Order: sequence, then C-alpha cells, then structure tokens
Amino acid sequence: MRLPFQKRVATFEHGIHPEYHKETGNLPIRRFPFAPKLYVPLSQHIGKPAIAIVTVGQEVLRGEVIARADGMFSLPIHAPATGVVEAISPIPCDTGEMEMAIVIRVYEADGQEVRVRNPHNLDGLNGVELAIVMQEIGVAGKGGAVFPTHAKLIPPNGCVIDTLIVNGSECEPFLTCDHRIMVERAQQIMAGIGYAMRVCGAPRAIIGVEDNKLDAVAALEAALPADGTVTIKVVETKYPQGAAETLTHALLGREVPVGKRSSSIGVVMNNVMTLAYVGRLLPLGEGMTERVVTVAGPAVARPGNYIVPLGTPLRFLLDYVGAKSSASEVILGGPMMGNAIASLDIPVTKGVCGVLAFGKREVAVPHTYPCIHCGECVNACPKKLNPTQMGLLAAKREYDLMADKFFLSECFECGCCSYVCPSHIPLVQQFRVAKSFLKDRKNSA
Amino acid sequence: MGTVYSVLVTGVFMACLGSMLAFFLAIASKRLYVYEDPRIDLVEELLPHSNCGACGTAGCRNFAEKTVTGEIEPASCTVNTAEQNKHIAALLGVAMGNVEKRVARLACAGGHHVAKMRAHYGGLSSCRAASVAGGGGKSCSWGCLGLGDCADVCDFDAIVMDKQGLPVVDLAKCTACGDCVDICPKNLFSIQGVTKKLWMACRNEDEPDAAEATCEVACTACGRCVVDGAPGLIRLEKNLAVIDYEKNALAQRAAIERCPTGAIVWLDNECITKGKSAKKIIRTEPLPVIA
Repeated sequence: MRLPFQKRVATFEHGIHPEYHKETGNLPIRRFPFAPKLYVPLSQHIGKPAIAIVTVGQEVLRGEVIARADGMFSLPIHAPATGVVEAISPIPCDTGEMEMAIVIRVYEADGQEVRVRNPHNLDGLNGVELAIVMQEIGVAGKGGAVFPTHAKLIPPNGCVIDTLIVNGSECEPFLTCDHRIMVERAQQIMAGIGYAMRVCGAPRAIIGVEDNKLDAVAALEAALPADGTVTIKVVETKYPQGAAETLTHALLGREVPVGKRSSSIGVVMNNVMTLAYVGRLLPLGEGMTERVVTVAGPAVARPGNYIVPLGTPLRFLLDYVGAKSSASEVILGGPMMGNAIASLDIPVTKGVCGVLAFGKREVAVPHTYPCIHCGECVNACPKKLNPTQMGLLAAKREYDLMADKFFLSECFECGCCSYVCPSHIPLVQQFRVAKSFLKDRKNSA
Repeated sequence: MGTVYSVLVTGVFMACLGSMLAFFLAIASKRLYVYEDPRIDLVEELLPHSNCGACGTAGCRNFAEKTVTGEIEPASCTVNTAEQNKHIAALLGVAMGNVEKRVARLACAGGHHVAKMRAHYGGLSSCRAASVAGGGGKSCSWGCLGLGDCADVCDFDAIVMDKQGLPVVDLAKCTACGDCVDICPKNLFSIQGVTKKLWMACRNEDEPDAAEATCEVACTACGRCVVDGAPGLIRLEKNLAVIDYEKNALAQRAAIERCPTGAIVWLDNECITKGKSAKKIIRTEPLPVIA
C-alpha cells in the first residue's frame, strides 16, 4: 500500500512480491576455472542450430569459431577453451532431449585469455552491416529467451523503432548477475546500447532498473553518455517486472496487441547483460565464450556470480561452489520461470542466467485442493488472463477452448498464478502442458 | 361496448396474422423440403454413439450418412461388435466389408524395472507435464514416462498401467480412435493393424552402448534381426531396426530369436513374445535413481 504523498514509481498492474533472496547482489563477479571437458551444444539459441566446422581430434584455440551460423536466424559458436575436440556427439540438454554438442578436452596449462579475435572497423557501418558483424560474435539474449541479438535488433519491414528498452529489472528471486553487471560493467553496457541503437535506429534508450538495485542505478548514471539519448528509469520492485510486456507498460505505458511482436509498437528490448557483452565483444571482434551466471540457492555453500566458460557441465559447477549433500533439485534460470533439470551432465549455455540448488524441504510439493474460485490468480496475472477458468479447462483437457476463448498463447508462464493459489493448483504447469499439446498437434498436422 | 370492440379487433387481427404465417410456413415447407434417406437414422441407431472418429469420419452421424451412400463399409466401425455391423450391412443390403482390426501399439518396453532414471520427478502427475519439466527424469529421452496420460485419456478403458509403469492395451477394447497417439508427449503410440507380427518396442536413437546403459531392453542396432529376417524386411536406421510393413507377409519368427535385448518382439494378438536369446529379466522392483 502506497501512501498518497509517497512518490509513485513506474510499474505495471497486478504481479506479486515473492521473497527475493538477493544476498549475492553485493558479491563481486569472480572467474570460474575450466572443467576438464567442456560440452558445447550446437543449439544454444532460438533458431537453426549452428553447423560444426571442426573434426574430431582437431586442436582449437579459445575464441576460434567451431561452428558456423546456418542462415540469418542462427549464431556461430566459438571454442570456450583451448584444447582438442574429443567428440561431436549427443548430450542431454535442459529440455530432456538429446542434442548434438562439440566435446572439447581442455589443455590445462592454457589460461583464460582469448586467443583468436577478428576485429572489424565499426565506424561508418550502417545498421544492417553492423548487425552482420554482430552476428559473428554470437551473442544471444541473455535473459533466458536466447533470441539472436542481431536478428532481434533489426526492425522488421514497415516497423519504425522509436525506443530501445534496456532491461535491468531482474525481477526473478535469487538472480543477481544482471545487477552485478550493471554495477561493474556500466561502461560496456553504454557502449552496447550505442551499437544497439545504431542497428535498430532508435533515437533514444531507456534503462529500466528495479528500485532494490539503487547502487546499479548510481553506477549507470555515472557512465551515461553526455548527449542525453540514454535515460534511466527506476521501476517498482515487483515480479514479473522484467518481462518484456510488463516493463514496456511500466516505462512507456504501451501494450503489445494480441499476437503481435513488441516491434509493432516501436519498441525493442534487450537485457543489460546482452548489451554489456555486445559492448565488450563487438569492438574486439571476440566471440562469446563465457557468461556471468548466478549460482545460488539454499543448498549452495559458496553462492555468488561467476564468469563461467560456456559448456561447463553443471556437475563440475556445483562441485566447485560446494553443493551441499541436501541438494535435491537444480533449477536453470530463476525459481519462478526456470526449469528443473533431470541430469547434471547438462552444460552451461548462452541462455543460462542462474543455477539454483534447493534442498528437499524447499521443493516439497504441497497437496492440491479443489479450486475455490477466490480469484487470487486473476488478480496476480500480469497479462490479465483468467487462470481460474483456464485451470478448470486444463483439468478437463479442453485445450482448444483455452486457446480460442482464453488467450492461452498470451500467457508467458511467469508463474504468478501458481505462486498465489491458496489451493496449490499447479496452474502454470497445466498451461505449459496445454501449450505443448497444441504445439505438438500443430507440428504433426 | 368499447371493450367488446377492442377484443373483437384483436382477435380478428391475430387470427388473420396466424393464418397468413401458417400459409407462408406451409409454402416454405413444400418449397424448401430436403429429402433425407430414412435409413440414415436407422443406421445411426445401430452405431455406438461414441463419436470417437476412429473410422475417419467426423462422428457417428457422418458415418451413417457415408455408409448409406456407400462411401464407407459398415465394418469400418471398430467400436461396434461384428454382430451389430452385420445388422447394418443387412439393413442396407451391402457387403459387410473387410476392414482389418487396428489397435494402438506402444513402441517402448522400458518399464522402471529395466530403464534407469537419472532424476525423480515429483510435480504434476502427467506425462506431458513431466516432459515439459526437464524431460521427466528418465535416462532414455525417447522412452515412456509411465505417468499414464494415455490411460487417462482412453474413453474405452482399453489402457491400464502395469506395475512397471508401462501402459498395456486391451486389444478387445481398443477401437483405434487415436486419442493415446495424440496425448503421448514422446509419440510412442501408433495405430497398427493386428496382422502385423513383428514389432520394434524401442525408439532409443542413442549410440548402442549408451542405449544399453540407459535401458536393458533398448535396441543396440546389432543387426541380427536384419540378417535373420527376410531380405529387405528389416533395416537399420538411426541406431534402430526399422520394419518395412509392405513386406509384412514375409515376417518370420526367426527374425527376433537372436535379439540380445528383446527390443524386437513377435506379436500374436494379446501375446507379445521376445526371442529365445533375449536376456531374461526377473527383477520387478524399480531401479534406483542415479543422478
């Protein structure tokens, strides 16, 4: 409850206030050692998987291209370590499917210095040319959606982008990697914003930061460019403030029409870490070989933010940070939208922003009771959908009705409905089931 | 006087209006009359009214229309008893037709006593929910998750889950409606004719050693069935034996006898038998979860 004389902070309607557990937010980012073997999947982004251009037994240098992009909606993959290609074979990935990956046995004596760079002269390039150079560094959205950044920034035909929104809200509990990036790499973020604005043609950029990260706001303010094209706006600490739709609504008051992309209302959004990596790697011509990952959770002995080489298996990562024996569930991403994984052989990829380990007590599944029609979920849904009705329909497998009459496709699975449900009905899980069923049927038809 | 007058006017007006509308309705019913074969209703009466769609039509009424016009044979309804279908054929004076009975077959034999688990799934009890949440924890990414979505969705109670967490199809009850095919997140069910004798009960595309390490009854692509079967009947594809059902008539039991894991099986209606060389598994309790 906000009192009338208090200053209103920009926000969106509905949403929830979970416990944030942002203890790792004041720990500096530290570098992580190489695992003996790195497993680099060929598909670390949305779009076509990359095509491997190395052979088994070949020696690779850190930063060398080991797989090339397959078309515009794809990204190249760079060797995360100097070593020798041991195999190109399927490994388990976070969806539970097997995916092709390049296995690199790391030369232990070599350091974490990037050996291969391919710098370009960036002055005088137009937007599309800059996007093509940007594809070479292989950066995908770091918030978890892993959309190739260069493809996201190019405005679709007929769309004029007037604002670049930089997402620094990081609303998921436990995750603090974006927070630390903003504190420690404000200069790189500003450089990245500059490149992104050149590609998308936006005359201004707004950075949205939640009001629980005021040290990040101070660091960013000190690095703001003098021309005033970039502004910072503090938004309320509320989940899911960092979703594309809600942050656009909080900062600009615009809503994306049903079934359309945010570019149709003149907005393109990027995560701060994505732009920090663009700002650092693009002038150097360096490939994406590592990323900052929050490793936290009650079952981790030494939580913190680490620069983890891509392809590091989670087993090695958790051993190194001292996973307690009580750890019973590992989640990739945040606790609200992240996915529990079924194997510790899954590697860290471009889309992994957090690795959280929980004990048995935290992940215990409560007993489900019937829906009492209290409407808590309706009040929590940031997309203003009707989770009550959709949940009842999902239980009856009326998936078509959910899609046709209740806008199932608009749900972005933030999990607010499941979080607030007093009957502990697994609503968002049922919506995922419904979406998966409809998608499978569409694919098989 | 005034009251009587207004009642009279109202009565006459309503009578005129009524007879006028009746006249129009009488004309409309003559002019817009559509002839419908009375046999459609009779046939529909003899159908099971389950509207399952197994025959390939949009429902029982649609099936009745098509049988009357001769587009579809009475035997195509697999839900009805043969007796009932004979009545339909006799009513219409057409041949019963010779439609092979089809049933749902599962392409996995990895119950939890033979297939390893690498994680325990404890969320919403549905195969698809498990498969969306990190794949469900089974070591084999292709295998049956055993939470019984198919048994839930079956309108005819033809599928029950056995003690090892695998669905068992009651062939007598199965109507080949295909609901289990749609619901299975791993696409393990398919509708097959009962005359098909050879069946590949595995979908694991992994390398042979890895496949056998995850599941004791996985296909290891050893190729013995390819050699023992009729030429061209079985081939290897993606580390799996693939049966060419166009050569179904050539199928001999010899093809499965040397299978070391029992991934390829011999079907004889309800009876699913493994070859003589298949490893004998006497364990019935689940394997422990290995992370």
